[in-house]
Amino acid sequence: MPTVTVNGVSVEVPDGINVVKAAEMAGQEIPHYCYHPALSVAGNCRMCLIDIRAMSAKQPNPLPKLQIGCNTIVADGMVVETNNPRVEEARRGVLEFLLINHPIDCPICDQAGECKLQEYYMDYGRHHSRFALEQKRHKHKVVEVGPDIMLDQERCILCTRCVRFLEEVTGTNELCVKERGDHSELSLASGKSVDNPYATNIVDLCPVGALTSREFRFQARVWYLDSVPSVCTGCATGCNVDVHFRRDSLYRIKPRANAAVNGYWMCDEGRRTWRANHGDHRLVASYDRRGEEFVQVDATEAVSRSAALLQACGKVAVVASASVSLEEGYLLGCIAHNLGSGPCTVLSPPTSDIADDGKLISTDRYPNRAGLLALGYRESGALPADVDGVLVARCDAVAADESAWGPRLEAMRATVVVDDRISKTMAYADAVLAIASHFEAPATLVNRKGRLQVLGAAVATPGAAIAGWQSLAELLEALGGPRYESVDEVFSACCAELGLGVARTHEELGSTGATLDQWAASPTNVALSSAASATVA
Amino acid sequence: MQEKVLLRYRDLTADLEAIDNYIADGGYRTARRAFTELAPEKIVEMVKESNLRGRGGAGFPTGLKWTFLAKNTGKPIYLLCNADESEPGTFKDREIIENDPHQLLEGMMIAARAIGCVNAYIYIRGEFVYGAEVLKHAIAEAYEKGFLGKDVFGSGRELHFHVHRGAGAYVCGEETGLIESIEGKRAHPRIKPPFPAVYGVFGCPTIVNNVETLACVRHIVERGPAWFKAIGPASSPGPKLYGVSGHVRNPGVFELPMGTSLREIIEVHAGGMRAGRTLKAVIPGGSSVPVLRADEIDIAMDFDSVAKAGSMLGSAGIIVMDDSTDMVAALRRVAHFYHHESCGQCTPCREGTGWLEKILIALDEGRAGEEDLQTLDNVAKGMLGTTICVLSDAAAMPVRSFLKKFSEEFRAAAARAVGAASA
Repeated sequence: MPTVTVNGVSVEVPDGINVVKAAEMAGQEIPHYCYHPALSVAGNCRMCLIDIRAMSAKQPNPLPKLQIGCNTIVADGMVVETNNPRVEEARRGVLEFLLINHPIDCPICDQAGECKLQEYYMDYGRHHSRFALEQKRHKHKVVEVGPDIMLDQERCILCTRCVRFLEEVTGTNELCVKERGDHSELSLASGKSVDNPYATNIVDLCPVGALTSREFRFQARVWYLDSVPSVCTGCATGCNVDVHFRRDSLYRIKPRANAAVNGYWMCDEGRRTWRANHGDHRLVASYDRRGEEFVQVDATEAVSRSAALLQACGKVAVVASASVSLEEGYLLGCIAHNLGSGPCTVLSPPTSDIADDGKLISTDRYPNRAGLLALGYRESGALPADVDGVLVARCDAVAADESAWGPRLEAMRATVVVDDRISKTMAYADAVLAIASHFEAPATLVNRKGRLQVLGAAVATPGAAIAGWQSLAELLEALGGPRYESVDEVFSACCAELGLGVARTHEELGSTGATLDQWAASPTNVALSSAASATVA
Repeated sequence: MQEKVLLRYRDLTADLEAIDNYIADGGYRTARRAFTELAPEKIVEMVKESNLRGRGGAGFPTGLKWTFLAKNTGKPIYLLCNADESEPGTFKDREIIENDPHQLLEGMMIAARAIGCVNAYIYIRGEFVYGAEVLKHAIAEAYEKGFLGKDVFGSGRELHFHVHRGAGAYVCGEETGLIESIEGKRAHPRIKPPFPAVYGVFGCPTIVNNVETLACVRHIVERGPAWFKAIGPASSPGPKLYGVSGHVRNPGVFELPMGTSLREIIEVHAGGMRAGRTLKAVIPGGSSVPVLRADEIDIAMDFDSVAKAGSMLGSAGIIVMDDSTDMVAALRRVAHFYHHESCGQCTPCREGTGWLEKILIALDEGRAGEEDLQTLDNVAKGMLGTTICVLSDAAAMPVRSFLKKFSEEFRAAAARAVGAASA
């Protein structure tokens, strides 16, 4: 492995990487616009100019011209300076060039606060304008380039990240640069619209405010938003995401890089999943059926009522959708065990009319099938014949097939429904437990490739709903099971059950997760396990 | 030089455009030898030995360039003849193409044999409609004679020439822009490395040589490197075409030994200044190179000597300006050209070329002051060496040199604005 020295910091780096990455490994930032690790090198923004003081151990001579870090591959003994006066002057010059024809309309720009022009200007520019305002070149500002994307040609710095993404990743080629010199503008290829399943990634790729999301436009100033690392629940792929929110409102979902799962991207469908978290369809309180009436009850009463109903049955089936988290799935399994019923059932069909696209989109529209199967769930489309009670978790079986499910549920001695949203199945319920959505409580999921990943809690549960693990833990306790005080206790027990070690926590799993195999092989959290054994002692 | 080599057509009455006349004058003997007698390595060796330096402008040693070709890649090797001749003030290659096309074809055949090329392209600028027709006709004649095709000179070797017309962009003359253009794309110069010799047209090892360079190859192989090296300075030798335009009595293309003095070229060959006029400035190598003042023309016109004098031999397109020239207006025109021709890929060039022109328009129209002169120089400085290709440098170098060499004229223009503002 070659050793490279960046600004006096030597670091051993993998073969074949470029100097921008090597500098990053040395803790040195090389600012850049057009370079993106998942796209081909364009080398056009010229922001990553660096001074190569020694090309390699074999060629220890400095290069006469500044080079671009993105297109310079490391060599052993390479010495690079990124902050000397020569580089600083060139970089300041590039920034000034980028800004002369830029509208500098930050006050009305959605990118403000997460704009690389703003950031690098503050870090590396801070020059006074020498370009007269009336000389700025004007271009179109509100160009609808797709159903979800708006283009402002004036703000565009022509880095071509979007063009390359649409050429190299989606292969759809909707955007191009036309005209020449400072007339150049980002433009739709004739007859096209940026309308593909991954289109909004170009909004994330855009380092400035040229491409904005029509959904997010003018909705919030980004500096008012908080974010939490999480996982997309739109399908079985489990793309890593950051969920952006303010107080109790979600605003957007952006992909978070994870080479083992989604690279740098996510699909637009997944981005829209947050919308379902708001609205009248959410279940905000628990209910108990009194005759024909549903009566709102508090969570504790709903749990004890549910326990009593289920215990009164001869044989109970536990059915769940593959949206149920690993913790919830584990607790449901314990509940089934305590009730003496057979293995739990996953009802969700493993395929849908959306096909696997060979990229990120999975035909399995549920995020935790692999987790539930690991816990011993069976896949089936129907209830066992001999049951007289049913516990339904995050699953609207009736909506899927009312003629099959309606009469069966009608005939049950008890139907208990646990969900975060109002469902048709609830019409047949004797008790309903309101729980958090996957944006509201921490949990883990296992994606289609067997990767265990953590869902982050962004916003509070609405109304009287409580976390799914909590609701089910209380139900388990009411049925004579052990008591769980935290989600990590449930997770730890679940890990032990799955042979993944004991005393493990979400924090230990980290934001990029691990495959079940890796996780089983990794050392467990020593501090916590010793604390746990101390408690036992 | 007594004997004309590259412009031999001028000494003959027979029309060299016709292949039989060219053959009768000794043409294609050397190409035949190259295909039937000489080993390719021998040809490369001769060209290296001759110290031939690229006539397109950069002056890179041609033989050395050939040795950079990636070996044993399993891919075809391409030879591209750069006949884009787009540098303002340059019209020498046109002279060869239109009057002695077979000389170019023969040089290309020899070069193609040397580097192992089977398909070669001549990329000719779109405006050279006549030149393209001449070349197509000449190529057809060569095919008819069996000099091109599946069995070149009966050697069993294959060689094909194709003429590709450009569409009029300056940047197509940049070798990687030219490659992109041949591939049917916008001529956005490529980032280097990889260089064309490793990854060129269609992703294959490629050599791009200028028309005059390839014409020289014929004569080097025909007469030997020693003959070539004896003409002009040994480090940058050979016969050279100088194109003189502007305020001279006898503008045109002149074949002279490399290293002929700039003064001799202007005063003797180009006929000197018009009556009653004196020399003010000379751009020695096409519009992109630094300008020289009238007192700086006692220099030898070869790559190294002109560089030592602070300019470049470039394409040897000599633009002469007499005392009637308004240097601000002249520079404004040059800046307009580069603004118009920037491909728009790299930030400094895309934004800088327009900015330079805007300041120069303001200066020319009496709206720019002393501070703007500093900005002008500083903007140009920021465009040097910061981009993928040298179009940015080509735009910046004249600006900086005009400002330096004719500072009093630019200050006077700036003062005009200050006066206007205070009035």
